[in-house]
Amino acid sequence: MFENLSQRFQDIIKKLTGKGKLSVEDVDAALKEVRIALLAADVHLSAVKAFSQNVREKAVAREILESLTPGQQVVKVVRDELTEMLGPGTGGITVSSYPNSLMLVGLQGSGKTTTCAKLARIFKKKGKSVLLVGLDLKRPAALDQLKYLAKQEGIPCFAEQGAGAQATTQKAQEYFRAHHFDLAILDTAGRLHTDSDLMAEVKAVQDTFRPAESILVLDATTGHVALSVAEEFKRWLDYDSIILTKMDGDARGGAALSCRYVTAKPIRYFGIGEKTDDLEPFYAERLASRILGMGDVLTLIEKAEEAFSLKQQEKVEQALLKEKINLSDFLEQMRGLGKMGDISGLLPSMPGLPQLAGAKLDEKMLKRWEAIILSMTLEERLYPEIINSSRKKRVSSGSGTSVQEVNILLKRFEQFKLMSKQVKKGVLPKFMRNIH
Amino acid sequence: MSWATKLKQTLAGLIARRTPLSSSQWEELQVLLLEGDLGPELAEQSLENLKASLERDATLEMALANLRAILLSLLPADEGLRLVNPPAAILFVGVNGTGKTTSIAKLAHSMREQGRRPLLVGADTFRAAAGEQLQQWATRLGLPFIGHEIGGDPSAVVFDAMEMAASRGLDPVLIDTAGRQHTTHNLMEELKKIKRVLGKKKAGEPQEVLLVLDANAGMNAIAQAQVFHETLGVTGLILAKFDSPARAGFLFSIARQWQLPTKFVGVGEKAENIRPFSAVEFLDQFLS
Ligand SMILES: Nc1nc2c(ncn2[C@@H]2O[C@H](COP(=O)(O)OP(=O)(O)OP(=O)(O)O)[C@@H](O)[C@H]2O)c(=O)[nH]1
Ligand SMILES: Nc1nc2c(ncn2[C@@H]2O[C@H](COP(=O)(O)OP(=O)(O)O)[C@@H](O)[C@H]2O)c(=O)[nH]1
Ligand SMILES: [Mg+2]
Ligand SMILES: [Mg+2]
Repeated sequence: MFENLSQRFQDIIKKLTGKGKLSVEDVDAALKEVRIALLAADVHLSAVKAFSQNVREKAVAREILESLTPGQQVVKVVRDELTEMLGPGTGGITVSSYPNSLMLVGLQGSGKTTTCAKLARIFKKKGKSVLLVGLDLKRPAALDQLKYLAKQEGIPCFAEQGAGAQATTQKAQEYFRAHHFDLAILDTAGRLHTDSDLMAEVKAVQDTFRPAESILVLDATTGHVALSVAEEFKRWLDYDSIILTKMDGDARGGAALSCRYVTAKPIRYFGIGEKTDDLEPFYAERLASRILGMGDVLTLIEKAEEAFSLKQQEKVEQALLKEKINLSDFLEQMRGLGKMGDISGLLPSMPGLPQLAGAKLDEKMLKRWEAIILSMTLEERLYPEIINSSRKKRVSSGSGTSVQEVNILLKRFEQFKLMSKQVKKGVLPKFMRNIH
Repeated sequence: MSWATKLKQTLAGLIARRTPLSSSQWEELQVLLLEGDLGPELAEQSLENLKASLERDATLEMALANLRAILLSLLPADEGLRLVNPPAAILFVGVNGTGKTTSIAKLAHSMREQGRRPLLVGADTFRAAAGEQLQQWATRLGLPFIGHEIGGDPSAVVFDAMEMAASRGLDPVLIDTAGRQHTTHNLMEELKKIKRVLGKKKAGEPQEVLLVLDANAGMNAIAQAQVFHETLGVTGLILAKFDSPARAGFLFSIARQWQLPTKFVGVGEKAENIRPFSAVEFLDQFLS
């Protein structure tokens, strides 16, 4: 199903970027596909609607529809708007005064205990004396889990079974104060946001410790329920920030957007594994591209834009218009491609170009092609059809290549011509005109 | 209220309900499906099927009834656990934190109620205190447990467990494995090895491979099912945390694509919070 969806999305990017001018209808059609992509990434319906409305307003602005590259601009608006809704990245958590505390809350199994240990490690590295506090008195061996992680990191841990939640919280605070720690990191039991008894219980912990930050730990695989989770935890705790865990899997992480949409709380970190150093500062751009499932296409667009000066574009366009594409144009385009760096790495993930996946355009090959073309006469370059077998022999020995390579080059040129014609009809995206 | 006014009201109600579906009602249906994590593709497809199944003047009630039938037809029939030739091994697998360990404890509890003596096997030798978690459940339930130190070889635990079950007449053997992302190749290979070791120890084992899914998940549950199934040959699903308001519509996609039946539903953190899956009940909650 995902192949199917990403295919649809690729098609729309292809259509958009292939067009010289866009109509409002084009934008709307594209936005429909974007909405589907977001839903497939688990973004809540209401966040999807809000997002699509914002994008539409910006995308149908005159400057964009009438710009030189409207399709690319619209794709950029989508990505930028998403980045803005998700961002900004804050480079992790900063605690402004000590002693202080952090409290982690969330659904069962979201990754709270593991993340507590990860955070403790970070603050220990900053030279703070950290105390891990185990307040999950409910799940069997939850305290053992925290104690084990604390020991592994060489961090003190307060974890006592026996008394009730309220009493244990009090005791933990006394212990924290008596031993003059800088930072307490509170691991709480997992709970459903609809369980008001348990929500009241964790609220009491918050009231006791008054943490610098209360953090909602959210599993990247969470579905539409993320919206009400975010809302209810906010209603009870007005938490300060979000950590998105299990980003090492292949979940798109759209739940984070649902949360941002209803709370506007910053996302601090990504959890990227089970080990205690598997925590990374959050980057909005990365999550935006991941949610959209656009692979590296945006990077490619940018690279392509840098690599081809407008002048070159115009020249090709003129050549296309005259339908007189020759080997000199081809050479120029290939040189442009060389400037794009490791394009072969980007090709397989590039929407709309599955057929190119096998065609490696490495520097070495480009150099040889260049040599072949430079060994041709001007007439041959302009009218390649005159290149017969004796000419081929001459060209190959002049360029130090084989006749077979000359043949391959001529075949590629034929494809280039064919594709260029399609481009003219608006079939291929503009930024890809030069690839074949 | 007089009999006549009552009749008039009922008739008015009936007439009102006979108005054909408006476009806003169609949208409501769409929202219902999407918010239940059915996914955009299956939602679209189901609504198309629904449209095709309805007369022009169909009511919302008829639409809901047909929708229910369409969705119901996607779910395969389930026969529960099929265990023969004791001791039977059941392997529990899934991504991190979905509810594997707790589901084992719950099933062990209900099996004991039925007079059986299951063995709880801590083959999660990776996560901190994972063994202790299952062991504490075993103690609470008064059932036998076997496990190794953290960092041990899970295949070795499983090997020992089968010996122990055979010699002590324990059945079935419930094997807890470490949560893992389906995208991690070597960890998926490790599960394959556990399965292989079981088969070598006793032909035909494990008799069930149960994939535990978190009801709070979205579309990624489908990817999980695909890879775990392709790697191990999953025989059934457990839907954990269904006491959440999440509606777990991804089950329809999974059922449709791989004919995987859901065998149990977890509805809380206590030992008794598990029940056999009922398609009808699931649909009640899904369409609510
Ligand atoms: N509300 C609710 N919570 C559940 C249910 N099943 C499990 N949990 C909770 O979810 C959390 C994770 O459950 P575990 O059984 O430890 O999950 P796991 O898959 O073994 O986790 P790992 O081994 O760490 O990957 C625990 O806090 C459980 O108490 C359920 O049906 N409902
Ligand atoms: N792959 C992966 N697993 C994680 C991550 N964070 C936590 N986990 C695992 O998820 C499971 C539940 O985590 P835990 O910290 O016990 O969650 P809690 O119930 O919220 O305290 C455990 O198996 C952890 O090892 C992460 O970022 N990536
Ligand atoms: Mg925990
Ligand atoms: Mg477990």
